[in-house]
Amino acid sequence: MSAQGKRIGVDFKHYQAAHCENGVTSNLLKHYGINLSEPMVFGLGSGPFFSYMPFYKLNGLPVISFRPYPGFIFNRVTRLLGIRIRRKKFPKDPEAAMKELDATLGRGIPAGCLVGVFHLSYFPEAYRFHFNAHNLVVYEKSGNTYVISDPIMETPVTLTYDELKRVRYAKGTYPPKGRMYYIEKVPEQYDLKKAIIKSLHKTARQMLTIPVPLFGIKGMRYMARKMIKWPVKLGNRRASLYLGQVVRMLEEIGTGGAGFRFLYAAYLQEAARELERPELNELSEQMTAAGDRWREFAIIAGRIFKGRSRAEESYLSASEILLDIANREEKIFRQLLKIK
Amino acid sequence: MKKNEVPQDNEGLQEDKFRDLCYAVDEDGNYVTVHSTGWEPKNEAMKQAWKEVHIKVDEARKEVLNGQKSILAWHMEKNIMALKLLSQYTGIPRRKIKKHLRPEVFEKLEQDVLLKYAEAFNISLTELLDIKQLEKAS
Repeated sequence: MSAQGKRIGVDFKHYQAAHCENGVTSNLLKHYGINLSEPMVFGLGSGPFFSYMPFYKLNGLPVISFRPYPGFIFNRVTRLLGIRIRRKKFPKDPEAAMKELDATLGRGIPAGCLVGVFHLSYFPEAYRFHFNAHNLVVYEKSGNTYVISDPIMETPVTLTYDELKRVRYAKGTYPPKGRMYYIEKVPEQYDLKKAIIKSLHKTARQMLTIPVPLFGIKGMRYMARKMIKWPVKLGNRRASLYLGQVVRMLEEIGTGGAGFRFLYAAYLQEAARELERPELNELSEQMTAAGDRWREFAIIAGRIFKGRSRAEESYLSASEILLDIANREEKIFRQLLKIK
Repeated sequence: MKKNEVPQDNEGLQEDKFRDLCYAVDEDGNYVTVHSTGWEPKNEAMKQAWKEVHIKVDEARKEVLNGQKSILAWHMEKNIMALKLLSQYTGIPRRKIKKHLRPEVFEKLEQDVLLKYAEAFNISLTELLDIKQLEKAS
């Protein structure tokens, strides 16, 4: 640990975001003068995704996700724009990880860190599950205290040396192992239009063309079909827990609402302006409508957890909504493939 | 979702520590950000998940007070740590942790082992061993 009272680091402007990885990416880029909004980062990073893996369980519940694997968005955006990044991890040596962080701050570089949220002391209790893919930026250290821009929070927060070390070495699924990353060099100029078009195609492909029925639109249909059978196959209690898992992934982990659909609709709007392609505005409206359907789905699910509705009927209507969403989104992504 | 439809169903789950940032459309159809203090279906899903945790904590509490299990069982449920996760945090093999769940084995544990558990749960040694906290926690 460094001497008490010594201050290292850099001035950093914190902006709140819906989702942590978007927020960290957008905030780091802004720090280096590349002014891209959260929806722009999310869209360029091809953030929309869906996967349903019933045989792969977390705390006894199937893994359901509305985003690609952690780090995907940051990697994708920086690669598209030709930004040079550095990433480091320290699987066995927490002290080295902290030392490297201090050295990075000492060079005036804000550093992105991957952390677990279970021991994240400034988080509300209700959010503290063993979830290990949270991102934040550390930008200053005074004495024993780190100043942190956590995109989920409205203002910067602090952690002590021990607290930060603990969350950087959370254990369990996808342990962070002290992972950190930062921007090394940004290009003088970049071709945003080209990057947007590439990102639209990439997103459409990952939602439409993965040849396994667990991912993208196919995954949504697969889950919709299975869902009808949940109450019979699992019993009402577990079926309702499965549904709860879907709603938590849809809303809880900072998706900006409706499993990132509104964020992506906002991106399509920005893309329409950048590319001067009004048809993207129309697709944005369609995506908003799909997001609204996701919210109807969540409302039906919410009634089921509360035991306020007849279970079998409700699972059927939830499943029908899901199939309708899959059809709507398939149309949107097919259109995106055609944007040249 | 329209700007004025962004839900504000505050049930205290966010402890006033932050509000969610949501994306919604304004009167002219443009996307803007709006803060939300919560939404009922989301709140219900979170409460449902915690209810499951609390049921298990309470079961463990009873087993510990009945002398069927050591207090380690209660700490594990309270920290939502299954054998595998606790083993990863402490470096203690799973089969040994299983043994430590027996009260008579746990009682005889060396201090260095107990410290590993206290460290994993982020509490002091006194808190780790304090069975009185279970009596009031009903």
